[in-house]
Amino acid sequence: MNIQKQYMFDLIAKNLRIDGRAVDEFRPITIETNVISQAEGSALVTLGGTKVLTGVKMEVGEPFPDKPNEGVLIVNAELSPIAAPTFELGPPDEEAIELARIVDRGIRESKAIDTEKLCIEEGKKVWIIYVDIQPLNHDGNLIDASGISAIAALWTTKMPGYDNEKVIYEQKVGNLPMREKPIPMTFGCLNGKLILDPNIIEENAISSRITVTTKDNGNICALQKGGVGELTMEMIEEAMRISIEKGREIRKLIKTQ
Amino acid sequence: MERMNNRKPDELRPVTMKVGILGRADGSAMVRLGNTVAIAAVYGPRELHPKHLQDNTKAILQCNYAMAPFSTIERARPGPSRRSIEISKVTREALEPALFLEEFPRAVIDVYIIVTQANAGTRTAGINAASLALADAGVSMRGLVTAVAAGKIGDEFVLDLEGEEEEQSSCDLPIAYMPNEKKFTLLQMDGDLPKEDVEKVIKLAVKGCEILYEKQRAALREKWIKEEI
Repeated sequence: MNIQKQYMFDLIAKNLRIDGRAVDEFRPITIETNVISQAEGSALVTLGGTKVLTGVKMEVGEPFPDKPNEGVLIVNAELSPIAAPTFELGPPDEEAIELARIVDRGIRESKAIDTEKLCIEEGKKVWIIYVDIQPLNHDGNLIDASGISAIAALWTTKMPGYDNEKVIYEQKVGNLPMREKPIPMTFGCLNGKLILDPNIIEENAISSRITVTTKDNGNICALQKGGVGELTMEMIEEAMRISIEKGREIRKLIKTQ
Repeated sequence: MERMNNRKPDELRPVTMKVGILGRADGSAMVRLGNTVAIAAVYGPRELHPKHLQDNTKAILQCNYAMAPFSTIERARPGPSRRSIEISKVTREALEPALFLEEFPRAVIDVYIIVTQANAGTRTAGINAASLALADAGVSMRGLVTAVAAGKIGDEFVLDLEGEEEEQSSCDLPIAYMPNEKKFTLLQMDGDLPKEDVEKVIKLAVKGCEILYEKQRAALREKWIKEEI
Protein backbone atom coordinates (compact mmCIF):
# COMPACT_ATOMS: atom_id res chain seq x y z
CA MET A 1 0.00 0.00 0.00
CA ASN A 2 1.37 3.44 -0.78
CA ILE A 3 2.06 5.97 1.95
CA GLN A 4 -0.70 8.36 0.92
CA LYS A 5 -3.32 5.64 1.07
CA GLN A 6 -2.10 4.47 4.48
CA TYR A 7 -2.20 8.08 5.67
CA MET A 8 -5.82 8.44 4.51
CA PHE A 9 -6.72 5.19 6.25
CA ASP A 10 -5.14 6.47 9.50
CA LEU A 11 -7.02 9.75 9.15
CA ILE A 12 -10.41 8.20 8.42
CA ALA A 13 -10.09 6.03 11.54
CA LYS A 14 -10.34 9.38 13.37
CA ASN A 15 -13.11 10.58 11.00
CA LEU A 16 -10.69 12.96 9.28
CA ARG A 17 -10.04 13.47 5.59
CA ILE A 18 -6.95 14.41 3.63
CA ASP A 19 -8.38 17.78 2.59
CA GLY A 20 -9.75 18.60 6.05
CA ARG A 21 -13.40 18.01 5.20
CA ALA A 22 -15.97 16.27 7.39
CA VAL A 23 -16.94 12.80 6.15
CA ASP A 24 -20.33 14.10 4.94
CA GLU A 25 -19.08 17.39 3.53
CA PHE A 26 -19.47 18.31 -0.14
CA ARG A 27 -16.73 20.42 -1.71
CA PRO A 28 -17.63 24.05 -2.58
CA ILE A 29 -19.86 24.00 -5.63
CA THR A 30 -20.71 26.65 -8.18
CA ILE A 31 -23.22 26.34 -10.98
CA GLU A 32 -23.05 28.72 -13.91
CA THR A 33 -25.78 28.43 -16.52
CA ASN A 34 -26.20 29.62 -20.11
CA VAL A 35 -22.48 29.49 -20.75
CA ILE A 36 -22.71 28.27 -24.36
CA SER A 37 -24.60 30.57 -26.69
CA GLN A 38 -25.00 27.94 -29.43
CA ALA A 39 -26.62 25.39 -27.12
CA GLU A 40 -30.29 25.33 -26.18
CA GLY A 41 -29.23 24.95 -22.55
CA SER A 42 -25.90 24.66 -20.75
CA ALA A 43 -24.23 24.63 -17.39
CA LEU A 44 -20.71 24.69 -16.01
CA VAL A 45 -20.33 23.09 -12.61
CA THR A 46 -17.24 23.35 -10.47
CA LEU A 47 -17.04 20.99 -7.53
CA GLY A 48 -13.79 21.69 -5.74
CA GLY A 49 -11.25 21.20 -8.54
CA THR A 50 -13.62 19.20 -10.70
CA LYS A 51 -15.11 21.04 -13.65
CA VAL A 52 -17.87 19.69 -15.89
CA LEU A 53 -19.50 21.45 -18.80
CA THR A 54 -22.83 20.18 -20.12
CA GLY A 55 -24.66 21.33 -23.21
CA VAL A 56 -28.18 20.51 -24.34
CA LYS A 57 -28.99 20.39 -28.04
CA MET A 58 -32.38 19.61 -29.55
CA GLU A 59 -33.35 18.04 -32.84
CA VAL A 60 -36.50 16.58 -34.33
CA GLY A 61 -36.58 12.87 -34.96
CA GLU A 62 -38.56 9.67 -34.63
CA PRO A 63 -39.91 8.49 -31.27
CA PHE A 64 -39.27 5.02 -29.86
CA PRO A 65 -41.95 2.61 -31.16
CA ASP A 66 -43.12 1.80 -27.60
CA LYS A 67 -43.45 5.49 -26.70
CA PRO A 68 -44.87 7.09 -29.86
CA ASN A 69 -46.00 10.31 -28.16
CA GLU A 70 -42.93 11.05 -26.07
CA GLY A 71 -39.76 12.99 -26.72
CA VAL A 72 -36.45 11.15 -26.52
CA LEU A 73 -33.63 11.80 -24.05
CA ILE A 74 -30.06 10.87 -25.01
CA VAL A 75 -27.27 11.35 -22.48
CA ASN A 76 -23.66 11.02 -23.53
CA ALA A 77 -20.38 11.63 -21.72
CA GLU A 78 -17.00 12.23 -23.34
CA LEU A 79 -14.03 11.53 -21.10
CA SER A 80 -11.48 13.46 -23.10
CA PRO A 81 -7.76 13.59 -22.17
CA ILE A 82 -8.32 17.30 -21.61
CA ALA A 83 -9.74 16.39 -18.17
CA ALA A 84 -7.17 13.87 -16.93
CA PRO A 85 -3.96 12.19 -18.12
CA THR A 86 -5.61 8.80 -17.56
CA PHE A 87 -8.32 9.42 -20.16
CA GLU A 88 -7.70 8.36 -23.74
CA LEU A 89 -9.10 9.34 -27.10
CA GLY A 90 -11.56 7.02 -28.77
CA PRO A 91 -15.12 5.82 -28.41
CA PRO A 92 -16.65 5.98 -24.90
CA ASP A 93 -15.21 3.27 -22.64
CA GLU A 94 -17.10 1.54 -19.85
CA GLU A 95 -16.34 4.35 -17.41
CA ALA A 96 -17.86 6.97 -19.72
CA ILE A 97 -20.83 4.75 -20.53
CA GLU A 98 -21.55 4.06 -16.86
CA LEU A 99 -21.26 7.77 -16.03
CA ALA A 100 -23.73 8.73 -18.75
CA ARG A 101 -26.12 5.95 -17.78
CA ILE A 102 -26.16 6.95 -14.09
CA VAL A 103 -26.99 10.54 -15.04
CA ASP A 104 -29.57 9.35 -17.58
CA ARG A 105 -31.24 7.09 -15.04
CA GLY A 106 -31.70 9.91 -12.50
CA ILE A 107 -33.32 12.19 -15.07
CA ARG A 108 -35.44 9.45 -16.63
CA GLU A 109 -36.65 7.73 -13.47
CA SER A 110 -37.55 10.97 -11.68
CA LYS A 111 -39.51 11.96 -14.82
CA ALA A 112 -37.66 15.25 -14.67
CA ILE A 113 -38.65 16.11 -18.24
CA ASP A 114 -42.31 16.09 -19.27
CA THR A 115 -41.53 14.14 -22.43
CA GLU A 116 -45.17 13.91 -23.51
CA LYS A 117 -45.10 17.64 -24.18
CA LEU A 118 -42.29 17.05 -26.67
CA CYS A 119 -44.41 15.22 -29.22
CA ILE A 120 -44.91 17.00 -32.54
CA GLU A 121 -46.69 14.26 -34.51
CA GLU A 122 -47.51 11.02 -32.75
CA GLY A 123 -45.36 8.09 -33.89
CA LYS A 124 -43.53 10.25 -36.42
CA LYS A 125 -41.96 13.37 -35.01
CA VAL A 126 -40.83 14.21 -31.53
CA TRP A 127 -38.12 16.36 -30.00
CA ILE A 128 -34.85 14.57 -29.29
CA ILE A 129 -32.93 16.05 -26.37
CA TYR A 130 -29.19 15.48 -26.48
CA VAL A 131 -27.43 16.02 -23.16
CA ASP A 132 -23.68 16.03 -23.79
CA ILE A 133 -21.45 15.94 -20.75
CA GLN A 134 -17.89 17.18 -21.18
CA PRO A 135 -15.68 16.99 -18.09
CA LEU A 136 -12.97 19.66 -18.27
CA ASN A 137 -11.04 18.74 -15.14
CA HIS A 138 -11.28 15.47 -13.24
CA ASP A 139 -10.48 16.13 -9.60
CA GLY A 140 -12.78 13.39 -8.33
CA ASN A 141 -16.51 12.64 -8.27
CA LEU A 142 -17.38 13.23 -11.91
CA ILE A 143 -20.75 11.55 -11.32
CA ASP A 144 -22.19 14.24 -9.07
CA ALA A 145 -20.65 17.12 -10.98
CA SER A 146 -22.02 15.65 -14.24
CA GLY A 147 -25.47 14.90 -12.84
CA ILE A 148 -25.81 18.37 -11.35
CA SER A 149 -24.57 20.09 -14.50
CA ALA A 150 -26.94 18.03 -16.66
CA ILE A 151 -30.02 18.90 -14.61
CA ALA A 152 -28.94 22.56 -14.31
CA ALA A 153 -28.49 22.71 -18.09
CA LEU A 154 -31.90 21.14 -18.73
CA TRP A 155 -33.60 23.62 -16.40
CA THR A 156 -32.23 26.50 -18.49
CA THR A 157 -33.02 24.93 -21.85
CA LYS A 158 -35.06 27.03 -24.27
CA MET A 159 -36.98 25.21 -26.97
CA PRO A 160 -36.09 26.21 -30.56
CA GLY A 161 -38.81 26.91 -33.08
CA TYR A 162 -40.09 24.32 -35.55
CA ASP A 163 -41.75 25.17 -38.81
CA ASN A 164 -42.00 23.65 -42.27
CA GLU A 165 -40.08 20.49 -41.29
CA LYS A 166 -37.20 22.62 -40.04
CA VAL A 167 -35.81 23.44 -36.63
CA ILE A 168 -35.34 27.18 -36.29
CA TYR A 169 -32.53 27.50 -33.79
CA GLU A 170 -32.60 31.32 -33.87
CA GLN A 171 -36.10 31.23 -32.36
CA LYS A 172 -36.73 30.54 -28.70
CA VAL A 173 -40.31 29.51 -28.15
CA GLY A 174 -40.36 28.78 -24.44
CA ASN A 175 -38.82 26.62 -21.78
CA LEU A 176 -38.20 22.90 -21.93
CA PRO A 177 -41.05 21.36 -19.87
CA MET A 178 -39.28 20.41 -16.62
CA ARG A 179 -40.75 18.97 -13.42
CA GLU A 180 -38.03 17.61 -11.14
CA LYS A 181 -34.47 18.22 -10.01
CA PRO A 182 -32.90 14.80 -9.42
CA ILE A 183 -29.61 15.17 -7.51
CA PRO A 184 -26.99 12.40 -7.40
CA MET A 185 -24.81 12.07 -4.30
CA THR A 186 -21.77 9.82 -4.46
CA PHE A 187 -19.89 8.31 -1.55
CA GLY A 188 -16.62 6.45 -1.47
CA CYS A 189 -15.95 3.57 0.86
CA LEU A 190 -12.55 4.29 2.43
CA ASN A 191 -11.37 1.44 4.62
CA GLY A 192 -14.91 0.65 5.68
CA LYS A 193 -16.09 4.25 6.15
CA LEU A 194 -18.28 6.32 3.85
CA ILE A 195 -17.02 9.67 2.59
CA LEU A 196 -19.22 12.03 0.62
CA ASP A 197 -17.89 13.52 -2.63
CA PRO A 198 -14.44 11.87 -2.80
CA ASN A 199 -11.73 14.00 -4.39
CA ILE A 200 -9.31 12.45 -6.89
CA ILE A 201 -6.78 11.34 -4.26
CA GLU A 202 -9.52 9.69 -2.22
CA GLU A 203 -11.11 8.24 -5.33
CA ASN A 204 -7.89 6.37 -6.09
CA ALA A 205 -7.90 4.82 -2.61
CA ILE A 206 -11.55 3.80 -2.20
CA SER A 207 -12.62 0.21 -2.71
CA SER A 208 -16.16 0.97 -3.80
CA ARG A 209 -18.59 3.80 -4.25
CA ILE A 210 -22.33 4.25 -4.04
CA THR A 211 -24.46 6.87 -5.79
CA VAL A 212 -27.94 7.74 -4.52
CA THR A 213 -30.12 9.99 -6.67
CA THR A 214 -32.98 11.76 -4.89
CA LYS A 215 -36.07 13.60 -6.12
CA ASP A 216 -37.56 16.88 -4.86
CA ASN A 217 -39.78 15.01 -2.36
CA GLY A 218 -36.84 13.03 -1.00
CA ASN A 219 -37.78 9.83 -2.82
CA ILE A 220 -34.95 7.78 -4.26
CA CYS A 221 -34.98 7.34 -8.02
CA ALA A 222 -31.64 5.68 -8.71
CA LEU A 223 -28.91 3.73 -6.98
CA GLN A 224 -25.59 2.52 -8.30
CA LYS A 225 -22.72 0.76 -6.64
CA GLY A 226 -19.36 0.86 -8.36
CA GLY A 227 -15.88 -0.42 -7.68
CA VAL A 228 -14.54 -3.79 -6.68
CA GLY A 229 -15.29 -3.56 -2.95
CA GLU A 230 -18.37 -4.42 -0.93
CA LEU A 231 -21.05 -2.51 0.95
CA THR A 232 -23.00 -3.34 4.11
CA MET A 233 -26.69 -2.68 4.72
CA GLU A 234 -25.72 0.01 7.29
CA MET A 235 -23.63 1.82 4.68
CA ILE A 236 -26.47 1.77 2.15
CA GLU A 237 -28.89 3.17 4.73
CA GLU A 238 -26.46 5.89 5.76
CA ALA A 239 -25.79 6.87 2.15
CA MET A 240 -29.52 7.20 1.48
CA ARG A 241 -30.08 9.29 4.64
CA ILE A 242 -27.26 11.75 3.88
CA SER A 243 -28.21 11.97 0.19
CA ILE A 244 -31.75 13.04 0.99
CA GLU A 245 -30.48 15.74 3.35
CA LYS A 246 -27.59 17.06 1.24
CA GLY A 247 -29.51 16.74 -2.01
CA ARG A 248 -31.96 19.31 -0.67
CA GLU A 249 -29.15 21.88 -0.25
CA ILE A 250 -27.76 21.34 -3.75
CA ARG A 251 -31.23 21.44 -5.30
CA LYS A 252 -31.70 25.02 -4.03
CA LEU A 253 -28.69 26.11 -6.09
CA ILE A 254 -30.28 25.06 -9.37
CA LYS A 255 -32.03 27.95 -11.03
CA THR A 256 -35.60 27.52 -12.10
CA GLN A 257 -36.43 28.92 -15.52
CA MET B 1 -52.31 -9.44 -5.01
CA GLU B 2 -52.32 -11.69 -8.05
CA ARG B 3 -48.87 -12.32 -9.46
CA MET B 4 -47.92 -13.87 -12.77
CA ASN B 5 -47.82 -17.66 -12.56
CA ASN B 6 -49.58 -17.47 -9.16
CA ARG B 7 -46.40 -16.65 -7.33
CA LYS B 8 -46.39 -15.32 -3.78
CA PRO B 9 -44.83 -11.85 -3.37
CA ASP B 10 -41.69 -13.28 -1.77
CA GLU B 11 -41.47 -16.33 -4.01
CA LEU B 12 -38.72 -16.86 -6.54
CA ARG B 13 -39.45 -18.19 -10.01
CA PRO B 14 -38.74 -21.91 -10.41
CA VAL B 15 -34.96 -22.20 -10.25
CA THR B 16 -32.68 -24.66 -12.01
CA MET B 17 -28.92 -24.53 -11.61
CA LYS B 18 -26.39 -26.81 -13.27
CA VAL B 19 -22.63 -26.81 -12.91
CA GLY B 20 -20.12 -28.07 -15.46
CA ILE B 21 -22.33 -27.89 -18.52
CA LEU B 22 -19.63 -26.95 -21.05
CA GLY B 23 -16.73 -29.16 -22.11
CA ARG B 24 -13.95 -26.77 -23.09
CA ALA B 25 -14.32 -24.19 -20.36
CA ASP B 26 -12.39 -24.51 -17.08
CA GLY B 27 -15.62 -23.88 -15.25
CA SER B 28 -19.19 -23.44 -16.40
CA ALA B 29 -22.76 -23.21 -15.18
CA MET B 30 -26.33 -22.60 -16.27
CA VAL B 31 -28.93 -20.78 -14.22
CA ARG B 32 -32.60 -20.69 -15.11
CA LEU B 33 -35.17 -18.56 -13.30
CA GLY B 34 -38.53 -19.08 -14.96
CA ASN B 35 -38.03 -18.01 -18.57
CA THR B 36 -34.72 -16.33 -18.02
CA VAL B 37 -31.67 -18.47 -18.75
CA ALA B 38 -28.01 -17.50 -18.47
CA ILE B 39 -24.96 -19.63 -19.11
CA ALA B 40 -21.46 -18.75 -17.98
CA ALA B 41 -18.00 -20.04 -18.90
CA VAL B 42 -14.79 -19.35 -17.01
CA TYR B 43 -11.26 -19.64 -18.40
CA GLY B 44 -8.22 -19.36 -16.20
CA PRO B 45 -6.38 -18.31 -14.23
CA ARG B 46 -4.28 -18.23 -17.41
CA GLU B 47 -1.52 -16.05 -18.82
CA LEU B 48 -2.66 -12.59 -19.83
CA HIS B 49 -1.68 -11.23 -23.22
CA PRO B 50 -0.59 -8.67 -24.13
CA LYS B 51 1.93 -8.67 -21.31
CA HIS B 52 1.74 -4.95 -20.58
CA LEU B 53 -1.78 -5.51 -19.27
CA GLN B 54 -0.52 -7.92 -16.61
CA ASP B 55 -0.65 -6.91 -12.95
CA ASN B 56 2.36 -8.06 -10.93
CA THR B 57 0.37 -8.15 -7.71
CA LYS B 58 -2.79 -10.00 -8.76
CA ALA B 59 -4.80 -11.59 -11.52
CA ILE B 60 -7.14 -9.40 -13.48
CA LEU B 61 -10.77 -10.34 -13.93
CA GLN B 62 -12.48 -9.76 -17.26
CA CYS B 63 -16.23 -10.17 -17.68
CA ASN B 64 -18.35 -10.09 -20.76
CA TYR B 65 -22.15 -10.11 -20.63
CA ALA B 66 -24.01 -10.61 -23.90
CA MET B 67 -27.54 -11.39 -24.97
CA ALA B 68 -28.07 -13.95 -27.71
CA PRO B 69 -29.90 -12.39 -30.69
CA PHE B 70 -32.73 -14.90 -30.24
CA SER B 71 -33.11 -14.30 -26.50
CA THR B 72 -35.79 -11.63 -26.84
CA ILE B 73 -39.11 -11.41 -28.69
CA GLU B 74 -37.71 -8.76 -30.99
CA ARG B 75 -34.26 -9.83 -32.17
CA ALA B 76 -31.48 -8.30 -30.09
CA ARG B 77 -28.69 -6.85 -32.23
CA PRO B 78 -25.52 -8.84 -31.62
CA GLY B 79 -22.39 -7.11 -30.39
CA PRO B 80 -21.84 -4.79 -27.45
CA SER B 81 -24.41 -2.15 -26.58
CA ARG B 82 -24.13 0.62 -23.99
CA ARG B 83 -26.34 -1.46 -21.75
CA SER B 84 -24.24 -4.62 -22.09
CA ILE B 85 -21.00 -2.70 -21.52
CA GLU B 86 -22.38 -1.28 -18.27
CA ILE B 87 -23.66 -4.68 -17.16
CA SER B 88 -20.31 -6.30 -17.94
CA LYS B 89 -18.67 -3.69 -15.73
CA VAL B 90 -21.01 -4.02 -12.75
CA THR B 91 -20.87 -7.82 -13.07
CA ARG B 92 -17.08 -7.75 -12.84
CA GLU B 93 -17.33 -5.50 -9.80
CA ALA B 94 -19.92 -7.82 -8.25
CA LEU B 95 -17.69 -10.87 -8.63
CA GLU B 96 -14.27 -9.45 -7.88
CA PRO B 97 -14.78 -9.00 -4.09
CA ALA B 98 -15.33 -12.76 -3.84
CA LEU B 99 -12.06 -13.76 -5.47
CA PHE B 100 -8.54 -14.15 -4.08
CA LEU B 101 -7.01 -12.55 -7.18
CA GLU B 102 -3.75 -11.85 -5.34
CA GLU B 103 -3.01 -15.58 -5.51
CA PHE B 104 -2.49 -15.38 -9.27
CA PRO B 105 -0.18 -12.51 -10.20
CA ARG B 106 0.12 -11.69 -13.93
CA ALA B 107 -2.79 -13.97 -14.78
CA VAL B 108 -6.25 -13.32 -16.16
CA ILE B 109 -9.57 -14.89 -15.34
CA ASP B 110 -12.11 -14.55 -18.13
CA VAL B 111 -15.82 -14.82 -17.48
CA TYR B 112 -18.19 -15.04 -20.44
CA ILE B 113 -21.93 -14.80 -19.83
CA ILE B 114 -24.53 -15.40 -22.50
CA VAL B 115 -28.22 -14.87 -21.90
CA THR B 116 -30.04 -17.40 -24.04
CA GLN B 117 -33.54 -16.51 -22.85
CA ALA B 118 -34.45 -13.10 -21.49
CA ASN B 119 -37.51 -12.43 -19.41
CA ALA B 120 -36.25 -9.91 -16.81
CA GLY B 121 -33.46 -10.44 -14.33
CA THR B 122 -30.79 -11.31 -16.87
CA ARG B 123 -27.88 -9.54 -15.14
CA THR B 124 -28.65 -11.27 -11.85
CA ALA B 125 -29.05 -14.67 -13.51
CA GLY B 126 -25.72 -14.05 -15.23
CA ILE B 127 -24.00 -13.24 -11.93
CA ASN B 128 -25.43 -16.39 -10.31
CA ALA B 129 -24.15 -18.50 -13.20
CA ALA B 130 -20.76 -16.76 -13.27
CA SER B 131 -20.26 -17.26 -9.54
CA LEU B 132 -20.98 -20.97 -9.94
CA ALA B 133 -18.69 -21.23 -12.96
CA LEU B 134 -15.85 -19.59 -11.01
CA ALA B 135 -16.30 -22.08 -8.19
CA ASP B 136 -16.48 -24.89 -10.75
CA ALA B 137 -13.18 -23.71 -12.26
CA GLY B 138 -11.59 -24.03 -8.83
CA VAL B 139 -10.74 -20.35 -8.50
CA SER B 140 -10.19 -19.59 -4.79
CA MET B 141 -13.14 -17.65 -3.44
CA ARG B 142 -14.19 -16.07 -0.16
CA GLY B 143 -17.71 -17.23 -0.85
CA LEU B 144 -20.35 -17.45 -3.54
CA VAL B 145 -21.96 -14.35 -4.99
CA THR B 146 -25.71 -14.56 -5.32
CA ALA B 147 -27.94 -12.09 -7.12
CA VAL B 148 -31.61 -11.27 -7.56
CA ALA B 149 -33.84 -8.24 -8.14
CA ALA B 150 -36.84 -7.05 -6.15
CA GLY B 151 -39.41 -4.30 -6.52
CA LYS B 152 -42.77 -2.98 -5.39
CA ILE B 153 -46.02 -3.43 -7.30
CA GLY B 154 -48.90 -1.45 -5.82
CA ASP B 155 -48.53 -1.84 -2.07
CA GLU B 156 -46.78 -5.19 -2.29
CA PHE B 157 -43.05 -5.81 -2.15
CA VAL B 158 -42.20 -8.44 -4.74
CA LEU B 159 -39.18 -10.65 -5.26
CA ASP B 160 -37.62 -11.66 -8.58
CA LEU B 161 -39.62 -9.63 -11.09
CA GLU B 162 -40.51 -11.32 -14.34
CA GLY B 163 -41.79 -10.11 -17.69
CA GLU B 164 -44.38 -7.37 -17.39
CA GLU B 165 -43.89 -7.10 -13.65
CA GLU B 166 -40.78 -5.08 -14.37
CA GLU B 167 -42.98 -2.45 -16.07
CA GLN B 168 -45.59 -2.47 -13.27
CA SER B 169 -43.07 -2.19 -10.47
CA SER B 170 -42.32 1.23 -9.01
CA CYS B 171 -38.68 0.22 -8.91
CA ASP B 172 -36.30 -2.37 -10.28
CA LEU B 173 -33.57 -3.04 -7.76
CA PRO B 174 -31.02 -5.76 -8.53
CA ILE B 175 -28.47 -6.71 -5.90
CA ALA B 176 -25.56 -9.12 -5.68
CA TYR B 177 -24.85 -10.33 -2.19
CA MET B 178 -22.42 -12.62 -0.43
CA PRO B 179 -24.60 -14.39 2.13
CA ASN B 180 -21.69 -15.74 4.17
CA GLU B 181 -20.21 -12.27 4.60
CA LYS B 182 -23.47 -10.29 4.56
CA LYS B 183 -21.95 -7.89 2.03
CA PHE B 184 -23.39 -6.27 -1.08
CA THR B 185 -21.28 -6.40 -4.21
CA LEU B 186 -23.82 -5.03 -6.68
CA LEU B 187 -26.53 -2.50 -6.03
CA GLN B 188 -28.50 -0.70 -8.69
CA MET B 189 -31.94 0.78 -8.74
CA ASP B 190 -34.18 2.70 -11.02
CA GLY B 191 -37.61 3.77 -9.98
CA ASP B 192 -39.22 6.13 -7.52
CA LEU B 193 -39.65 5.14 -3.88
CA PRO B 194 -39.17 6.64 -0.42
CA LYS B 195 -36.08 5.57 1.54
CA GLU B 196 -37.99 3.25 3.90
CA ASP B 197 -39.46 1.34 0.96
CA VAL B 198 -36.07 1.06 -0.73
CA GLU B 199 -34.73 -0.52 2.45
CA LYS B 200 -37.57 -3.03 2.47
CA VAL B 201 -36.96 -3.91 -1.18
CA ILE B 202 -33.25 -4.46 -0.47
CA LYS B 203 -34.05 -6.68 2.50
CA LEU B 204 -36.47 -8.73 0.43
CA ALA B 205 -33.80 -9.20 -2.24
CA VAL B 206 -31.37 -10.34 0.47
CA LYS B 207 -33.91 -12.96 1.51
CA GLY B 208 -34.09 -14.15 -2.10
CA CYS B 209 -30.29 -14.33 -2.26
CA GLU B 210 -30.19 -16.52 0.82
CA ILE B 211 -32.50 -19.02 -0.88
CA LEU B 212 -30.54 -18.91 -4.14
CA TYR B 213 -27.32 -19.42 -2.17
CA GLU B 214 -28.56 -22.79 -0.94
CA LYS B 215 -29.50 -23.74 -4.52
CA GLN B 216 -26.04 -22.76 -5.72
CA ARG B 217 -24.42 -24.91 -3.05
CA ALA B 218 -26.64 -27.82 -3.95
CA ALA B 219 -25.71 -27.47 -7.63
CA LEU B 220 -22.00 -27.51 -6.79
CA ARG B 221 -22.42 -30.47 -4.49
CA GLU B 222 -24.26 -32.35 -7.22
CA LYS B 223 -21.24 -32.15 -9.49
CA TRP B 224 -18.38 -32.32 -7.02
CA ILE B 225 -19.42 -34.47 -4.04
CA LYS B 226 -19.36 -38.18 -4.75
CA GLU B 227 -22.06 -40.32 -3.18
CA GLU B 228 -20.88 -42.22 -0.15
CA ILE B 229 -20.88 -45.95 -0.71
